[in-house]
This record gives sequence, C-alpha cells and structure tokens, in this order.
Amino acid sequence: MKPGTDMAANAAPKANPGTGTIARQFAATWRLHLMLVPAVLVALIFKYAPMPGIIIAFQDFKPWKGISGSSWVGWSNFELIFSMHDSRQVILNTLIISCLKIAFGLVVPVIFALLLNEIRQTGLKRSVQTLVYLPHFMSWVILGGILLDLLSLEGIVNQLLSFFHMQPVMFLSEGNWFRFTVILSDLWKEFGFSAIVFLASLSGINPALYEAAEIDGAGRMKQTLYITLPSMLPIIVVVFTLSLGNMLNANFDQIYNLINSLVLDKGDIIDTYVYRSFQEGQYSLSTAVGLFKSVIGFIMIGGGYYSAYKWANYRIF
Amino acid sequence: MYHKNPTYRIFYLFNIAFLVLISVVCVLPLLHIFAVSLSGKSAADSNLVGLIPVDFSLDGYLRTFENSNFLSALKISVLRSAVGTILAMCVTVLAAFPLSRNSKEFRGRSFYVWFFLIIMIFDAGLVPHYILMEKINLINSFWIFILPGLVNVWNIILMMNFFRALPRDLDEAAIMDGATSFQIMSRIYLPVSLPAIATLSLFTLVGHWNAWFDGMLYMTSPDRWPLATLLQTIVVVQDFSKTGIRFEDLQTLSNRSVKSAQIFIAMLPILLVYPFLQRFFVKGIVLGAVKE
Repeated sequence: MKPGTDMAANAAPKANPGTGTIARQFAATWRLHLMLVPAVLVALIFKYAPMPGIIIAFQDFKPWKGISGSSWVGWSNFELIFSMHDSRQVILNTLIISCLKIAFGLVVPVIFALLLNEIRQTGLKRSVQTLVYLPHFMSWVILGGILLDLLSLEGIVNQLLSFFHMQPVMFLSEGNWFRFTVILSDLWKEFGFSAIVFLASLSGINPALYEAAEIDGAGRMKQTLYITLPSMLPIIVVVFTLSLGNMLNANFDQIYNLINSLVLDKGDIIDTYVYRSFQEGQYSLSTAVGLFKSVIGFIMIGGGYYSAYKWANYRIF
Repeated sequence: MYHKNPTYRIFYLFNIAFLVLISVVCVLPLLHIFAVSLSGKSAADSNLVGLIPVDFSLDGYLRTFENSNFLSALKISVLRSAVGTILAMCVTVLAAFPLSRNSKEFRGRSFYVWFFLIIMIFDAGLVPHYILMEKINLINSFWIFILPGLVNVWNIILMMNFFRALPRDLDEAAIMDGATSFQIMSRIYLPVSLPAIATLSLFTLVGHWNAWFDGMLYMTSPDRWPLATLLQTIVVVQDFSKTGIRFEDLQTLSNRSVKSAQIFIAMLPILLVYPFLQRFFVKGIVLGAVKE
C-alpha cells in the first residue's frame, strides 16, 4: 500500500457530500456546473436548436412561408428518395466509396505500423513519421488543387505514363478511375496518421513475450503472427467498429473538391447531393436525404460505440 | 537473435527502402507545387516543372501579395484561427475538467455525458443549420466562423482523458487546504496539461485554417471569405464569376505559378507549426484513443 492511497480514501468524503440533499450537493458542486455552462450553451444553440428544423423533411418547405406555413407531405420526400434513380445511385456510390475507404484505411495503417515497428534506427523512424503524418494536416482544398493539377491529362503523372509508353489515364474524368483516385488519395492522406494508435499499441507489448518466443526458436515472422498481431487485435477491433460510423460518410470535402460533371454518376455521394439540392432550392428533399444519413449514422455510430464497449471494453466517455 | 538471420537482414533493407519511398511519396506533390510556384509563367503553364523550379521567379508570390482579395482573405483566416482557437480551448478545458471527475464527486456527470454524446452521434443536417443561422442573424457575420466550432466533443473527451490520467494525489492536498474546483483546475491541472493543450490547439488551429465550407455556405459576398474559401474557388472551381474579381486580376489568378504560390502560402503556417507540436500530438492522441 502506498501512503497516497490512504490519504485518498480519507479525503474522498470531504470532496463529495455523499447522500445529502440536492441543495447540499449543489452547494458543493456548483462550480463544476458553472464550468460547463459555456459548452452547454453553445451546444444548445448550435447543435440542439437546429434539430427541430428536421421536420421540414416531412414538409413541402417554402422559405417565404416558413416552417409553420409550409404544407405537410408526410413521408413522400423519403418515398421520392428511394424511387428516384439519382438518389439511389448516390446512396450506392456513398456505400461503395466509404466501405472501400474503411477497409483499406484499416489494413494499410496496420501493415505500415508493423513495418515501421521493425526499424531500429530512431532517427529514421521519426523522420518517416514526420513525413507521413504531414498530408493529414492539409485540407482537401489544397490537396484537391494539387491533385487536379497532377492528374490532369497534361499533368505530370500522365507525362510519366507516356514516358513509359502507357496510355494516358483519365483519373478524374472517368467514373471508375475517379473512385480509384478518391480512395487512393484518401488513403495517401490518412494512412500515416491512422497508424499512430497502432504504433502506440505496438510499443506497449511486453518484451518478455518476444524473448520467450526467441528461446523457443520462433523467427520474426512467427513472432509477428503469434505475438504482435494478437496483441494488437483489441485496438484493431475498436478502430474498426468506430469507423463503421463513417459508413455513409464518404468525405464531402474530398469529393466536392475533386468531382466534375463527367463523373457525377459514379462519384456523387450523399453529402454532395444534399448540398446540391440545397443550392437548387429543394430544401425539403435536401433535409430528408440529410436526415436519412443522420439516422443511419446514429445507428451505426451508436452501435459501434456499444460493440466497442462490449467486445473490447472501450469506453468513449 | 532474429536480427542476425540473413533472410531478415534482406527483409530489413527492403523495408527501409520501402518506408523511405513511401515517405517521399507523401511529400512529393507538395514539393512539386513549391517548385511550380517558384517557376516562370511559361515554364509553369506548359508543365515543364518537376521538382526543381524552371526559370526561377518570385512572380507568383509578388502577384499574390499584390492582390487585395487575397490579402483580405488572409486577414480573415488569421483572425478566425487565432480567436477561434483561443476561445475553443477555453470552452474545452472548462468543460473537460468537471467531466473528468467521477460521478460520485460530480453528481450531474452522467447527464452531461449523454448531453454531449447525443450531439456527437446525431447531426441535424445542412438545411436546419442554415435556417437557424438565418434566424439568429449570423449569416455574413464573422462570428459564424467562431461560435459553432466552440464545442468539439472529441476534443473535450481527449482533454478529459488527459485530466483523468493525472495522479489524483495532486488535488487531494489542495482539497484539504480548501482549494475550490476552479483553483484546482487552474493551478494544478492546467500547468501540467501542456502536451494535451498543445495537441488540441494544433488540431483546432489547423481546422480553422483549413475550413472553407462555412465561408462558402454562410457568406454571401466573397470579401468576407477566409483564405481557404477563396482558394477553393480559384484553384478547384476555377469559377471567377461570383468572386467579383476584376478581369485583369483574373488573368493573373489563373496563372499556374500564381495558383501554386497561393496553395503554398496556404500550406505554410501548417508546415511551420506542425514539426514543433508533433511530439505532443502523438502523446495526446494515444491517450485519447488507447485507454482502459
């Protein structure tokens, strides 16, 4: 027993008033409540106050009539979403792009972390980290501008391809290539940063395990398969379940900055569709699509947190 | 030892080569843009520049800084980044401290946890947000860049986890001496929380600097845009009709080396801040993500 633990036990009753009346409890904790006031106010105004606005998804909303004056249309906006070819395609695009992003965004950082973990020269390791984390901090406006430039038909990438006598590739103006480009560039931007948590879990593995395996004659490959990967499994499960919440989030910033009318059929996603319908003045449709996304997102994220808690005992708060 | 195994040694060499290659690939596009920004107009426009500037010229930068649209957008960006980050950090730290107390010490905790959890997993969507901003008269106001971003639940959680990981013995003594929660937070917790605060400041700062969509959505006139929004229109949309930019300026702005110069200027603050904060943020993220 450390002396500190004793003291903590003695001091605890002083810090909390125990089973007193509500007034007495509040007297002891009002400062804590006060500290939360700014955050609560901002959340109430900017996150909670817009929520009633989602009822316009069930209206034929006209801005000049306001929410109270617009007519009710029940579920017909949602029926419209699922009957229109456009919106069904948009949901499909979102699912395809985001699921591939989730899959590669999990596997590649794990492999990268394993490879980087082998490096014993600290300086080299740190330099690699500095460079691969960097794109994460750049906005998609900047990267979009760079990619549009690099990947155009006259761009440097196609110049390289033609140097090797290959056909030019329309990275951003052909549907399937567009998806490929979107997924690859997202991976390029985020793989390093996503690897941080895996690198941390690697450094937490008990070295005695490896020593024992060494004595038993296990090579590095076997050590990785039977010690490293199993030790990483809990954090991999947590990252995976939490990323499921992004199932309908294919990244607005990225797609909006890379998309053009040629690839709208294969590249348009829910968020870009929501924004476009908003710009076209279809407020109710836009809200309905957004609400659909939010509800599915709510279920996926909520489910993700719950299962991360269940399987890996990960608690968000 | 597996290190001495010849197969492993070959693997090790390949591994180093591979990782170096990957790191280079991560910064190559940025270097290319830098080279273009320092090149002469004709060389840049005809795509002759690789990684080394051709016909070295500072024209791109000079013309960028002559442009009044660019300068006013830069000012707005600097202002929103500074004000937004400072205020957001105050709100975050103030909210994180009570939440880091356990529910015995702080009876209301679970209510607040649910309160914040809900906004983390449910979003009202674009149109309801826009209607609200219209109602409370924030459209075209500078404060629309600042206020909605003051609460970021992820940041509150990261900060809260950092506070929780600090040894509790620290504040026991202070409580005995009659210190209030405010004093415990400001005198005991804050001074030792520098890594977490640096991490979150970096994230918030970068977020503000890179934010472009709020400018486009909520600002009806381009002279209220932050740099990222202006850049989005110039570099990505290449639509100058709604920016109100004069025709002569338009000629300049569509010039490839000028564009690259603007992209590079927009990257610069991040490039400057990031290396110094790197050691902090790795620690900060890990603490928020890996915990029991």
